[in-house]
Formats: sequence, structure tokens, C-alpha cells
Amino acid sequence: MSNTLRQGAVNLSADVLILGGGPAGTWAALSAAARGAKVILADKGYCGSSGATAPSGTGVWYVQPDARLREEAKASRYEMGGQLAEHRWMNRVLERTYDNMNRLGVSGYPFPLDEYGNQYRRSLQGPEYMKLMRKLVKKAGVKILDHSPALELLADEHGVAGAAGVRLQTGEAWRVLAGAVVIATGGCAFLSRALGCNVLTGDGYLLAAEAGASLSGMEFSNAYAICPTFSSVTKTAYYSYASFYYEDGSVVEGAGSKRGRSVIARNLLAGRQVYAKLDQAPEDIRPLLRVGQTNFFLPFDRRGIDPFTEAFPVTLRLEGTVRGTGGIRITDEQCGTGVPGLYAAGDAATRELICGGFTGGGSHNAAWAMSSGSFAGEGAAAYAASLGGRSALRTPSGLSVSPLAEGEVSRGAAVRAAEYTEAVQAEVKPYDINLFRTGATLTSSLARLDDLWKEQRGQEITVTPEGVKAREAQAMTATARWMYNSALARTETRGMHKREDYKATDSGQHHRLITGGLDEVWTSREEVAKEEVLS
Amino acid sequence: MIEVISAARCVECNQCVSVCPTNVFDRVEGDIPVIARQNDCQTCFMCELYCPADALYVAPDSEAVSGVTEAELEQSGLIGGYREKVGWGKGRQPVASHEYMIKLAARAGF
Repeated sequence: MSNTLRQGAVNLSADVLILGGGPAGTWAALSAAARGAKVILADKGYCGSSGATAPSGTGVWYVQPDARLREEAKASRYEMGGQLAEHRWMNRVLERTYDNMNRLGVSGYPFPLDEYGNQYRRSLQGPEYMKLMRKLVKKAGVKILDHSPALELLADEHGVAGAAGVRLQTGEAWRVLAGAVVIATGGCAFLSRALGCNVLTGDGYLLAAEAGASLSGMEFSNAYAICPTFSSVTKTAYYSYASFYYEDGSVVEGAGSKRGRSVIARNLLAGRQVYAKLDQAPEDIRPLLRVGQTNFFLPFDRRGIDPFTEAFPVTLRLEGTVRGTGGIRITDEQCGTGVPGLYAAGDAATRELICGGFTGGGSHNAAWAMSSGSFAGEGAAAYAASLGGRSALRTPSGLSVSPLAEGEVSRGAAVRAAEYTEAVQAEVKPYDINLFRTGATLTSSLARLDDLWKEQRGQEITVTPEGVKAREAQAMTATARWMYNSALARTETRGMHKREDYKATDSGQHHRLITGGLDEVWTSREEVAKEEVLS
Repeated sequence: MIEVISAARCVECNQCVSVCPTNVFDRVEGDIPVIARQNDCQTCFMCELYCPADALYVAPDSEAVSGVTEAELEQSGLIGGYREKVGWGKGRQPVASHEYMIKLAARAGF
């Protein structure tokens, strides 16, 4: 640990506490502050660089308020998502995304200008976007706690009333009492080193479940991105220009960036390395691609490889629920969770409401983050205001299933957390368990995951950086169990969820799957609004 | 992973310590920061972007250390290259405002 480490305590209070400082968290902070709430935002890393959005460029589901354009936009992924999205939510998100992107344009985001001098607001560069969001959040008077992961929520008999954690760079414990809490901690990519995703370990799911919230769509959690074997940069869209080859230069038939990802996975499973070359990209588009995603080319430039003319080895890197669609279940239009005082936004929440069981990342996720963040911030501010002065008198206690303790790290704690993490990764990374699912493999994996949960759940966790890693391992274990219980319950193939033993979509399972529970995991069905078929 | 902090270039502003999402660096009183937890590096390149002195180098491999040296990087000119491409730093235009963004969307749809 740092030689500046010192023990102490930071005790604060606010109307609204936001956990997570990516797009969803920062939009939640802005909308709560705009409604007069005193807001604190705690990020596990640094608000501005943390999370999946910050390092990358992303398209945004930004559609002009034109009836025909919006119908087309809604229809575009409705079928791929297994018809689990809902009109009402898609409409709200399209509307709010449009407003928020326009707001970015007048707040200083350097959108490119089209030939008429109008801002072109269809995509965002992560570093620029999140640097601006941090600036806007600070300007709105929000207090930011960087490097301050939450270890548990606080609650009393009336509901959630704050959170507590540790400040990684000072070693101080922190505790914030708040009228309402927004969880915007992102999804779970299981420390796979997918770009920007190692802060995304499902922490918010565990916090929410400990408070009694449930999750939805956790079977849609097997996103894998095409990625050079020597790199963290997961930008599958660019591989629409790729051809795939074996080592001897022969073509991998059927391999591709969209439906052909399974072919790549089956080859890798069989021990045959697959190579990619972006040789389908026309000459004149190559400079455009270089500008569109500068970091896509960084690993190649640094290795001296020209990806347009030279083949390079690829793998499929797990992105879990980050580019899946499952997450905390949303129970009302303010992104409430059904637990008084607790809200969820961004990748931490289910995205089924706008894209069902499939998302290609980017576009819809970016729109969902900025919209659900705004909804949740407004909801949390209104809820906190409704408590009036009473919230200051509350004496909530911590909800962690494992007892938290101040003080010294026990010997071997870090090693144990690393072992648990590896054990969970061994269940969720393999393509033959998570990508190609069967009842038998899911069942045997769950038996191991249940044991892993039992082993961890009673262990004391210290309020230290090592304790954070132990809680991450717990959160990932819990996440994997919700994923596989849901995957087992959905005996069909729908959206990104693929069952090798049930390859067809079953119209009898046109519902959402809800899951939850800690020691005993349960699943149940939830009806989906029956939409007119979009085509 | 992050591999090099150039003592020759570093201005001891400790921006990297602040912005690293996975808290890889430690500040050192009166000296340049150190890479204290290299294995926690997620290879997101954000520290390079925020470094005002182009003193950091993140090797692309996210799983293993390449062992590249500062002398090699100075020779190849690779250090500081990412920040330049993103258009951060004095007198540069952010790539976010590049007209190619519009052209690419028209051609590729993303």
C-alpha cells in the first residue's frame, strides 16, 4: 500500500448519493442537482476516466423527433433482442437522449460540424465526453469522492439511507447518509481486461440484492468481443471489415463479427488459433476508421502491425453484462428498484426495456446510460425531498452479507480474493460454458459457484483496498449465479442467450426472467408488454 | 500494461495517480510517482492521455509485461503518440471534432 496510507473516517450527508461516475452516474448527479438536491458522487476509480465509456468512441441512439425515423430506430434491434423491449421505454429514452445530446452540444462538447455548420451529434468520444461530464458535475455543486468504492449500502426499516466504503488512496473509511441512493456502478465483465472494464465487477448488483432488489435479464450476459490476443481493445464493430484466417492462410468459413462469432469461438475451443485482417475495408475508408476509433489502432501501431494488410491473432474477450443487457430490475419510470430510496441506472440496470436480450454495445447502451441516469437522478431527488427533515435523524446499519471490520488486513486476504476471482473466471470465461450453454454444463457450473459463494459469504471483510477485492470476488460470484440460474430457466434460444440443447426460440417463453437472492437464488417470470409487431 | 514513467519527462504533477481508474500508481513525496500495482493495470491508456508531459507509456499487451525501455521508446518515437492522435494538449484540435467522424458515419453507419 501507499506510504501515505492513514486510517481515519469521512462522514458526510447528502440528499442523494450516487455510486459510480460514468455516464449514468454523472447524468444522475446533474439531474438530481438541477432539482435542488445536495448530491455526493462516489466513484470506485476516477470520475472522468473510469468505466467502459471513458476510453472509447461510441455511437449514440440519437434520432430526430420524426415519427418515421423513430419507428425505424425502434424496429432496428427489436427482433434481435427477442421482442423483449417496450415501446413506452424506447420512446422515453429516445426523447431524453435527444435532449441530453443537444445539451452536451451547448455545454461545450466539440461535436464535428457538417457542411452547413451544424453540430453532428451522433457519436461521442469517451475521453472528451467524460472530461466534460466531470466538469459539469463539479459546476453543479456535486461533491465527488474519487477512488472511493462502496462496500455496503446502509438502511433502516424505511429503506436505503446511504452507503459506506473505503477511500483507496488514503485508507480512510467513508460513510455517506443520504435520502436516496442511485446505483450506477456499471455491469460485470469479470476482470477480463476488456477495455475500461476492470472496474466493472458487478458490485452494484450485490449491493442492490443485499437491499432486497431483484435483477432482470441476467441470462443476457454472455457478450464476448473480438480482440487481438495481445490487446485490451475490444471494438467488434470494426471487424465487419475483417476476413478471418487460419495460420496457413486459408479462410475460416462462416467467421464474422456478427453471427459468425460462434465460428471463431468453436475454432478457439478446438485449439485452432484464428487470425483477422481488415482487408475488406476499402482504401478510402481506412483513414476515416483511424480517426473514428483512435485507440483501436494503438496496439497495432505499437506492435508495428498494419491491420489492413497483415493478419493478427484474435480472441474473444468476455464483456459479460457490460455488453449484455441484464442488470438490476427497474420497477417504475424513475428507475426505482422497488426498494424505497434505491434507484439504478446505466449498465447496472437492465437494458431489456429498450433492447431486449441483445445489444451491440455503444448506441443503445450510451442512450440508456444518459437517459436512465437522468430519470434516476430526478426520482432520487424527489424521493429525498419527500422525506423532508426526517432523513437526518435516521440511524441506518450496513447490509453486507459478510461482516465488515475496520482495521488491519488479515494475512492471506489478497491471495484468497485472487483465488476466488480466478475460480469464478473459470466458470464464466469458457465459451463451452457461457457462450454455448446447455442444461448439464450450467448445472455443474452452478454447483461449483454455490460452493464458492458459501465459502466466501461468512468471511469477515476489512474496510481496506484488500477488502474491496474480496467484495468484488463476492459480487462476481453472486453475478455468475444469477446469470446461470436465469440461463438454466430459459429453455430456449433468445437474444444473445444461446442454448445448445434448445436451439429454437419458444413463443411460450416470451417473458422476462427475474432473479435474486443471495444464499438461495430464485428465478421467476415477468410479463412483457405485448407490443404490436415492429418490422 | 503501464510500463514506463520517464523520469526525464515527468513533471511530478501526479495527474496519473489521480486519474488511473484502477489506482495503479502511488505518489512519492519529492519524486516522480511509482507504478505500485502494475498487475491492476487494465491497459485503458487513460493515464497517457492525461499526462501533460508525455512521460508515460502503456504497452498494448494487457496480460504480460513487454519489458520495453525508455531508450527504445525515445528512439521509436512511440511515447506520447496517443495523446497527439486524440488531439489533447496545447494547440491541438480534439479528434472529437474531426470532420471524418461525419464521413465515417455516412459510409459505415458508425
